[in-house]
Amino acid sequence: MNSIMLMLSDANTQWVLVGTLLLGLASGVLGSFALLRKQSLIGDAVAHAALPGICIAFLLTGERSLIVLLIGATITGLLSAYCIQYIVSSTIIKEDTAICLILSVFFGFGIVLLTKVQQLPSGNKSGLDAFIFGQAASIVGSDVKVMAGAAAILVFITAILFKEFKVITFDPEFAKGLGLPIGFLNFLFISLLVGVVVVGIQAVGVILMAALLITPAIAARYWTNSLSKMIVISGMFGAFSGVVGTMISALGQGLPTGPFIVVTATAIFVISMLFAPERGIIAKKIKQKIYYKQLNEAGTKGRVS
Amino acid sequence: MSYEAWILIIGSMAGITCGVVGCFLILRKLSMLADAISHTVLLGIVLAFLISQSMNGLYMLIGAAAVGLLTAVFVQLLHSSGIQEDASIGVVFTFLFAIGVILITIFADNVHLDVDHALMGEIAFVPFDLVQIGFLPPLPKAFLMLASVLIINLVIIVLFYKEFKITSFDPQMAAAIGIPVLLIHYLLMGMVSITTVASFDSVGAILVVAMLIAPGASAYLLTNKLSVMLLLSAVFGVIAAVVGYYAASYIDASISGCMAMMNGIIFLLVFLFSPSKGILSKRLPQKKLHEQIGK
Repeated sequence: MNSIMLMLSDANTQWVLVGTLLLGLASGVLGSFALLRKQSLIGDAVAHAALPGICIAFLLTGERSLIVLLIGATITGLLSAYCIQYIVSSTIIKEDTAICLILSVFFGFGIVLLTKVQQLPSGNKSGLDAFIFGQAASIVGSDVKVMAGAAAILVFITAILFKEFKVITFDPEFAKGLGLPIGFLNFLFISLLVGVVVVGIQAVGVILMAALLITPAIAARYWTNSLSKMIVISGMFGAFSGVVGTMISALGQGLPTGPFIVVTATAIFVISMLFAPERGIIAKKIKQKIYYKQLNEAGTKGRVS
Repeated sequence: MSYEAWILIIGSMAGITCGVVGCFLILRKLSMLADAISHTVLLGIVLAFLISQSMNGLYMLIGAAAVGLLTAVFVQLLHSSGIQEDASIGVVFTFLFAIGVILITIFADNVHLDVDHALMGEIAFVPFDLVQIGFLPPLPKAFLMLASVLIINLVIIVLFYKEFKITSFDPQMAAAIGIPVLLIHYLLMGMVSITTVASFDSVGAILVVAMLIAPGASAYLLTNKLSVMLLLSAVFGVIAAVVGYYAASYIDASISGCMAMMNGIIFLLVFLFSPSKGILSKRLPQKKLHEQIGK
């Protein structure tokens, strides 16, 4: 307990916690939409595809400035999302295969570039490997400002366009009828998704970033049927996982942050799956039992009379 | 045999095994499950190491096959409890992979098993890791693993070719004529798991996805016949491995990364120039038609 208090009083840790909290919030919110639109795994591909972008940005500028790296990541991330959609729309290849293909090829390219970066005299200290699994300890005050600003903008845009996103998610035909610019909104949504993935990779890492989009959202789905409530709950779950995961990883030396955030989020998911009222497994079992009991009683009564 | 020849042989064998298994994954829309398994295999390898305290290939194969099957079962469980499939895959593989990474950083920090190695593989060191069996000359461990997995896979595919074909294209009919669809499904998942482990040492857990999916996807754009697709996929796997190796030694970068990139380039070429399904070959007749209409 003492060590936790000590850790919390450290200024850098406070920064990191604020960063992962905002990140969890933003990814929970956007993840809800991604889940309902069945685009969660595109987030996975985008996260992997961010690696070559980060390396290219580093190779071109030669410095480890977070904004530059994030711009690089955003470009390759968007490119990967575009490639997936182009392959799906123009060939017989299905979406899952296209996602897998783009994900692994971009990641392979990223690994090639990463080996080149590590051969540079400045490359060894660049800490780019931290992007693979996330190392929240490497986040400093100025990084948090970038992360927090970006996360706030993402949540703000989603809040403004909530109604539009809701319509194109549940009833694209109706949205077309309303005259909404569907192509633009889809593009905007993918861009927001890329944005949150890119902001998150420093803390969670490229491989596990998908979990932060999927797990809090699917956990939130157990507690409500209303989209707005689901988004709020999912954002809270995401923020909670971010904070708890960061704290656990800060307790030990050199523990990566991403995996602990993922494990925390999965724990929330399992709890939700079991104990949520109405949709949870236990609640369903109890309901079933009551129903069978009523059925049995009705049956025996019927036989008696 | 020379150092270079071993790398080329091992890379090509990984290309063939992955390419052949990958075709079925693409046809059955199971690519993402393969991606998931290639991640979770890491947990199986770590657990096998922690339990047996050795880097014995056989234990690793068993551990990986077990966790790979477990992944498939978990995904199936979540899916049947009402969660959409992509989300079930996402939840399961990120969780199991996270556990694997945590275990590696806590327990296996100073052994041969490290995270970078697991992700990227290190085919460059594979020819030095030799074992001797019976009267044979010392052979690289990775070669023996890949050779046995390749033989196992080929035997399974030849034996159950018809079953695999029918369940891939028409699962309802397969079930109707009495083929154990579920068994075939888990058989395939088992094959994916052991293929992943065997290739793990050479190309790494993540890049094996490129070797599984890309050659099959390229072949899929060139033919409508399963047997031709399997053959083409294996050929593409070998080409990517060989060209990838030379590209890597030319630019002095990660070999497995370059192999994955070559797979991507082959796909891009096929995607553009495939005679029947390529982008350009579709455009040309369109243009001609427009010209004719113009006249």
